[in-house]
Amino acid sequence: MLVVEELRVEVGGRTILNSVNMEIPNGETHILFGPNGSGKTTLMMTIMGFSGYEVTHGKIVYNGEDITYKPIHERAQLGIGVSFQRPPTINGLKTRNIVDICAQKRNRGIDIELMAKELNFSEFLDRDVNHNFSGGEIKRSELLQLMAQDPGLVLLDEPESGVDLENMVLIGETINMLLHRGVKYAKGKSHKLVESDMNKSALVITHTGHILDYITADRGQVLYNGHLCCSRNAREILKWIGEYGYEECVRCAMDIQ
Amino acid sequence: MRNGHTVEKKEGTMKFDQYLNETQKHAYEENLGKIDAQETEDFLNVGVDTNEQFRAGTFIQKDLSVIHSHAKQPGVEVLPITKALESHQWLDSYLWRNIRPESDEFTTRAKEKPHEGYFIHAAEGAHIEQPVQACLYIAKNNFSQNVHNVVIAEEGSHLQVITGCATSRHLLSGMHVGVSEIYVKKGAKLHFTMIHDWGEKINVRPRTHIHVEAGGVFVSNYICLKPVGSLQMYPTTQLAGQGAVARFNSIIAAGPGSHLDVGSRVILDAPGTRAEIISRALSAGGTIIARGELVGKVAGIKAHLECKGLILKDGLMQAIPELRGYQPGVEMSHEAAVGKIEQREIEYLMARGLDEDEAVSTIVRGFLNVDIEGLPKSLKKQIDKIISETQEDMM
Repeated sequence: MLVVEELRVEVGGRTILNSVNMEIPNGETHILFGPNGSGKTTLMMTIMGFSGYEVTHGKIVYNGEDITYKPIHERAQLGIGVSFQRPPTINGLKTRNIVDICAQKRNRGIDIELMAKELNFSEFLDRDVNHNFSGGEIKRSELLQLMAQDPGLVLLDEPESGVDLENMVLIGETINMLLHRGVKYAKGKSHKLVESDMNKSALVITHTGHILDYITADRGQVLYNGHLCCSRNAREILKWIGEYGYEECVRCAMDIQ
Repeated sequence: MRNGHTVEKKEGTMKFDQYLNETQKHAYEENLGKIDAQETEDFLNVGVDTNEQFRAGTFIQKDLSVIHSHAKQPGVEVLPITKALESHQWLDSYLWRNIRPESDEFTTRAKEKPHEGYFIHAAEGAHIEQPVQACLYIAKNNFSQNVHNVVIAEEGSHLQVITGCATSRHLLSGMHVGVSEIYVKKGAKLHFTMIHDWGEKINVRPRTHIHVEAGGVFVSNYICLKPVGSLQMYPTTQLAGQGAVARFNSIIAAGPGSHLDVGSRVILDAPGTRAEIISRALSAGGTIIARGELVGKVAGIKAHLECKGLILKDGLMQAIPELRGYQPGVEMSHEAAVGKIEQREIEYLMARGLDEDEAVSTIVRGFLNVDIEGLPKSLKKQIDKIISETQEDMM
């Protein structure tokens, strides 16, 4: 379970997030909405512990442990995994090797060939990490790494961006596998087993909401101008935004401020 | 310039009379298994395996003496250069053909005070499956080893050569001057891999010329990741015949006190010739001048130069890529970059569970990991080992 309490974050001396409170219980998938520049990526990067995102107030607690000032790799080892929108190229490091690292650092043994095959990514294993990858290829590479990590909390930054329709199904299915959800994951398992196994949480950033056609969201949250101003059914929020834009959120955000 | 020799300017501290030109001879050793264990290990570190597994022949020179030399496959000859000159009258004309003795003081020295060197020859049409290995080793303190090497791949032959250069661990001072003349004849293919492990106080001046005829292919892999006092080399390759190809891969590193001025020059002198120079240089307190020059003399040639430098600690990294074209219709390009490791890359790997040090070393290993072609598996492993040691040493 992830708990964010009264979080204030500065980037380059500017306050980007203010008094953010958020709770993602075990087994729940939350969608994070918000216009450009509202601080969605900042929240995700802060949860992961990236440099340049300075927490000036509040805390982040994961599974009862205060991780606010823990280094990135400790958070990863605790079970937080992230899929980046624009990950850097690592020259000379093969995708196969980074996937290996992901599994090793979580003390897991994996069948990398099989895993890659399921993501239709086998031919990329021997290419340098992210080198000349297309948008869709980056997403599959990121998800392959996450599959190897098997995190308890998954942070996905716009998993649908740059992905064509055909691959979208595959991406959606993979995310469901990662979160122990969806019909493919449940196939052949008793309902009870699946229920008891639903312990993976996720926070998913989306602009368009397309990802909601493929994964099940338990809740939606809206970040506006550095404030978390709305928390309710994700589809409802999406409909609302589709109809009225973020105007209504402005009103809510003003109420909070 | 024609011979690939740039005149050494920054060499105030180096005087020839400080070095010995004579030293005691070492006995010839028929049985490679009888060579001293420490030396055997030094050889292995530069890719020369005294077990001779998967090798077509071996040449070992210690100081001024050839202590072993033989070929074990038909079609290939491995001889000390003096013996080869005695038995092959024609060989004389291959010496000093493309390198002028007077082109600099080091070359002159190799001409005037020579200490052997190797002759490796692949007969016409011979496909030598396994590599020939040659080791040039300095054991005597303060000795100046001056060798002259000749490699000839006759028409249609395939040959691989691994050259390892090393010094005994205790050496405080020394110099190596190596004149190498390499000939790749029509349709022949030569893979030439050189690994250097000299030592902190050793000054090294290889002088190399490679001549490639029509349809010939020359591939050079150069690895110098261990400390060296100063190293300056700028081998020149002449692609003289139609469709000749040259490829150079170098990985070099300079820790504190190391001064490396290293590059490759390729002259594309016939239509359809191709060249590629790729270098990765890592400075961790030392100086690296990474040169590269492509000279396009005729239309219809194609060449690319890629030179990447990474600075880990204060040091100097200077990339000097040059392109010279003499005709319309030459196609040459270069890509040079010098920088440090990006925080974004480090943190990306940390998000996968590596701590900061592990992330940095993973990136450095990746940086040095150029796909080196045509290496025997054991040597590839050896190079991977050197690379990971380097990355540890440099941190």
